[in-house]
Amino acid sequence: MIELIKEPWPWYVSGPLITLVMTLLLLMEKRFGMSSNLRTLCAICGAGDKVKFFDFDWKKQQWNLIVIAGVIIGGFIGSTILSNDVAVNLEESVVQDLNAMGFEDAGEAYMPEKLFDLSVFSNGYGLFLLVLGGFLVGFGTRYAGGCTSGHAISGLSNLQLPSLIAVIGFFIGGLLMIHVLFPLLF
Amino acid sequence: MIGIFFGIVLIKSEAASWFRIYEMFRFKSFHMYGIIGSAVGLGIIVLQIIQRYKIKSFFGSEIVIPPKDKGVTRYLVGGSIFGLGWALAGACPGPMFVLAGAGYLPILLVILASILGTYVYGAVKDKLPH
Repeated sequence: MIELIKEPWPWYVSGPLITLVMTLLLLMEKRFGMSSNLRTLCAICGAGDKVKFFDFDWKKQQWNLIVIAGVIIGGFIGSTILSNDVAVNLEESVVQDLNAMGFEDAGEAYMPEKLFDLSVFSNGYGLFLLVLGGFLVGFGTRYAGGCTSGHAISGLSNLQLPSLIAVIGFFIGGLLMIHVLFPLLF
Repeated sequence: MIGIFFGIVLIKSEAASWFRIYEMFRFKSFHMYGIIGSAVGLGIIVLQIIQRYKIKSFFGSEIVIPPKDKGVTRYLVGGSIFGLGWALAGACPGPMFVLAGAGYLPILLVILASILGTYVYGAVKDKLPH
C-alpha cells in the first residue's frame, strides 16, 4: 500500500480527492479558493492604507492562510516521504518538443531545471520569465475573480456561467502562451 | 489538516508540475483533463446533493454558495491574463505554495510577483472594464 502511495497518483484518484477537499471546506462553511490568499497577503502587508481593494478585515480570511500553510507542509511531505521518484512521465512527443526548446530534463524531473534550479538566480532572463509569469497569474486571477480552484473546480461544479467564461479565458491565455509565445521566448 | 491533504494531492497528482501544464495546453495527454474533469463531475453531483437534501454544515447551518457576479469582460480578459501566466510559470496559486514546500526555491519569486500582480490589479481596478 505504502509503495502504491509513493508512485504518482492517477487522475481518477486525484480528481475525486480534490472534490473531497472542496466538500470538506463547504461543510466547514468555507469556500475553496486559493488566489484569494494573494489578496489577503497584500492586505497584511498594509496595502489597505493605499488601495481600497485591500482595505478589508483580513483576519476573517486567516483560515485560508492556514490552508496555505498546510499546502506548503503537504508539498514537503508529498515530495519527500511519499515519493520515490518525482520524474513526470510525459508523452514521448512532448518530451521531444521540449528537448528541442532546450528543456533537456523533460520526462526526467518534476520541474524544469531551466526555470526552477537554483542557478536561475544568476540568470537574468530566467528570473524575468518567472517574475512575468507570477505577475500575470496574480493580476489575472484577481481580475477574473478566481483561479483554477475557485473557477475551474468550485465554479464549474456549481454550474456558474461566469466560471465557464473564465475557464475559456484560461485556455485562450494558456494556448496563446504555449503555441505562439513559447517559440519566441525559448 | 485539509491544507496538508490538499498539498499532498497536488504534488502527487503532478498537477503542480510545470511539465504537466505544458502537456495539457498541447492537448497531448488526458492526465490533467482527467483530474479537472473528474473533480468537476463529482463536484456537480456533490453540490446537487447538498442543495437537494439541504445538507447542513458541521456547525449546523445551511450551506449557501453565493453565485458569481454576472459579466463577461472581466472573466474573459482576466482569465486570459491568468492563462498566460499559468502556462509560463507552470503554476497556479495553489501549486505555487506546494512547490515552495517541495523545495523549488525559485517559485518564491513567482509567489512574490503574483502578490505584486494582485496589488497592481487592486490599484488600477476602477480603471478596468469589468
